[in-house]
Amino acid sequence: MKLDCKHVWEHISEYIDKTVDAQLRKDIELHLEHCEICSAILDSTRNILILTADDRTFELPVGYRERLHNRLAKELESSGRGSDEE
Amino acid sequence: MQTAETNEAGLIARILAGEKELFHELIRPYERKVYLTLFSIVKNESDAEDGAQEAIISAYRHLASFRGDAKFSTWLTTIAINEGRKRLRKAKGAAEDSIEEETEGHEGDYTPAPLTDWREIPLEALERKEIRGALQVAVAELPDIYRQVFTLRDMEELNIEETAQALGINPGVVKVRLHRARMMLQKRLVPFLKTTAPARRGFFGRAL
Repeated sequence: MKLDCKHVWEHISEYIDKTVDAQLRKDIELHLEHCEICSAILDSTRNILILTADDRTFELPVGYRERLHNRLAKELESSGRGSDEE
Repeated sequence: MQTAETNEAGLIARILAGEKELFHELIRPYERKVYLTLFSIVKNESDAEDGAQEAIISAYRHLASFRGDAKFSTWLTTIAINEGRKRLRKAKGAAEDSIEEETEGHEGDYTPAPLTDWREIPLEALERKEIRGALQVAVAELPDIYRQVFTLRDMEELNIEETAQALGINPGVVKVRLHRARMMLQKRLVPFLKTTAPARRGFFGRAL
């Protein structure tokens, strides 16, 4: 089936996640072969996802891990299995 | 050879049997996820950090109730989401819980922005700090229901099922929200990339 651009856009997310069925996948790929606009949209969306998954994009507050483990250490200490540890 | 999951199950068993110090090790791979989950809900660094600590301590206290029918990471994410929602309700003055009622609008523009020059943008452009900054802002400004799905799925890399389970919504809804979130971000970031990329001729005479 020949797809128009709008139809391809509706399925871009699922196409990236590889959850479209085989026939639709084939149709989308056929469309992408000769549609620069859809190819660029696909690439740009993929790039955003790569950037999103990159740990440097969304950073943790400085000292987060240290503060967390300090707090946790206190919790573990105070949660002794009973008074036998005192 | 041990998989990560059997290793995890082993750690949990040992912690429950009294080697509680091992909890530090159990939680280490998930510290980032827990913080990002909290941040996607409370949208404030210090509140997200406090919430992350609370969620992790709560996970420790309730570890015995973890049954192993879900993955540990999903169980932990659910605790983090609950902690975030609790904080949000508190911040809103214990008013009625509007979080669950927010749903997708019927109308809305979730079509991507056309562009033809993305592939000409050198890979180094993606390394630029400004683009990361723009993405942070764009994600922060997504409507809550979209940001939460996007965070779990694309930032923390949970799969569709796990995301659905953690948020208590069905997988079909996850897919719709994820698609819309991605398209909204694509649209937001394209003009930014165009303006930071070297000037080029010929995207259909469009301004920008």
